[in-house]
Amino acid sequence: MNRDQVLEVLSEAIVSVIGCDPAAVTPEAHLADDLEADSLALVEVIMAVEDKLDITVPEEELKDVRTVGDALDVLQGKLPASP
Amino acid sequence: MSGASEPVTATRRRVVVTGVGLRSPAGNDVDTMWSTLLEGRAMAAPIEAWSTAEHPVKYACEVRDFDPVERFGHKEARRIDRAGQLGVAAAGDAVISAFGEGGPIGAGIDPARCGVVGGTGIGGLATLEEQIGVYLERGPTRVSPLLVPMMMANATAGLIGIEWRLNGPNLCVATACAAGSNSIGEAARLVREGAADVMVAGGTEASITPVATAAFWRMGALTSNPDPLVASRPFDAARDGFVMGEGAAFLVLEDREAALARGATIWGEILGYGRTCDAYHITAPPDGGAGAAACMLAALDDAGLEPAAVGHVNAHGTSTPLNDAAEAAAVTKVFGPRGVPVTSAKGVTGHLVGAAGAVEAVASLLALRHGQVPPTANYEAAEEGVEIDVVAGAPRPLAAAPVVSNSFGFGGHNATLVLGAA
Repeated sequence: MNRDQVLEVLSEAIVSVIGCDPAAVTPEAHLADDLEADSLALVEVIMAVEDKLDITVPEEELKDVRTVGDALDVLQGKLPASP
Repeated sequence: MSGASEPVTATRRRVVVTGVGLRSPAGNDVDTMWSTLLEGRAMAAPIEAWSTAEHPVKYACEVRDFDPVERFGHKEARRIDRAGQLGVAAAGDAVISAFGEGGPIGAGIDPARCGVVGGTGIGGLATLEEQIGVYLERGPTRVSPLLVPMMMANATAGLIGIEWRLNGPNLCVATACAAGSNSIGEAARLVREGAADVMVAGGTEASITPVATAAFWRMGALTSNPDPLVASRPFDAARDGFVMGEGAAFLVLEDREAALARGATIWGEILGYGRTCDAYHITAPPDGGAGAAACMLAALDDAGLEPAAVGHVNAHGTSTPLNDAAEAAAVTKVFGPRGVPVTSAKGVTGHLVGAAGAVEAVASLLALRHGQVPPTANYEAAEEGVEIDVVAGAPRPLAAAPVVSNSFGFGGHNATLVLGAA
């Protein structure tokens, strides 16, 4: 799974939890400032992605996540390396 | 007179109602609810929120035409249990009717002098039930991080404080079916005592869930009448239990002098408040309704009124055999045989548990405003020997005399408000 495909899954989860415009979900977007996603929303988003990708992300790995790109980095680290 | 409250003095602050809002099975605004109550139209109908195919209880009084996404937006709507959604929506209408869209702050009132008392019987029960299912099926890692803020009983009070930025006293009263009246009464005391100048007070409930409905049914509290339209019949000899209801109502309470000074519309006045406990049994009232009678007398004492000054009683009148027998006895003890007209809204609305007292406080204020007592839906005749004057069949004209509004909760909690005309 490449980064764009993971972004697509993540974006879908963010939109379902936050109800924001899908176009606003870019790797640069700041979760709290741009998307108004607090820490509870992030946990919900990650739960949805875990279900979709069949992975597990420990809570402590989310503590430094500030942007969509940061979340992408954490998620990609849980997936098998893609070509 | 019983009770030991401070004497009514010229210096005691008077507490008036300057805003009203509700979401109820009988309508989502005061005019709709008032016309439904006057018609005495039972609102019980097949449950729409979940499938009753495997459930013994088929109907309830649900709130219809309420779209939480329209009110809160997508993100907030899914972070607030239905109990909170109904309560915050009702409170919002009350605040806007009192102050306009800017709320108390927009009206120049110090937010530290404004507070909330939000009552509920249970809190965010639908969310709790759903998440227990998630835990059992999928384990602890799948439990929603929103469960705690959605299920907690005090969520509604907190959310109302957040929406209107009210920094003063903020409390939750959880006295089962007395919670709505207790919340208004305790909030009125806070204004009277000078702890706050503005209080948003009321109750909310959204407990028509599969498990809670089964639980009320298992304890024998619900009617087994197959016809929803005649099932809730307060004080009638053929009553056999209550119909589950849901909804919310909130009032804005203010110091009368301040309300008059800012030219507020006054709906009525909280003249008195009584609260007692049966200290008898966790669900049943004592024969003769001693705790309920003491509560009414305490409220009248607090208001400085004799029973003869009361225009009518807005009864708790749940349509259960035990409650209505005890309440009828208590009313007779306080007011004498057929000594005061009595009505119950629950023939129309069903039993809104922690919101019941708040919805009925609104009904009482509307009765004073319109000079009419709404009929008790489905009442035909009381048992032999029960001497109460139940308003039934059609509305009854009413002089603008104070209303006694009763609420009694499991646990033995009794709460009575005395409401006066504007």
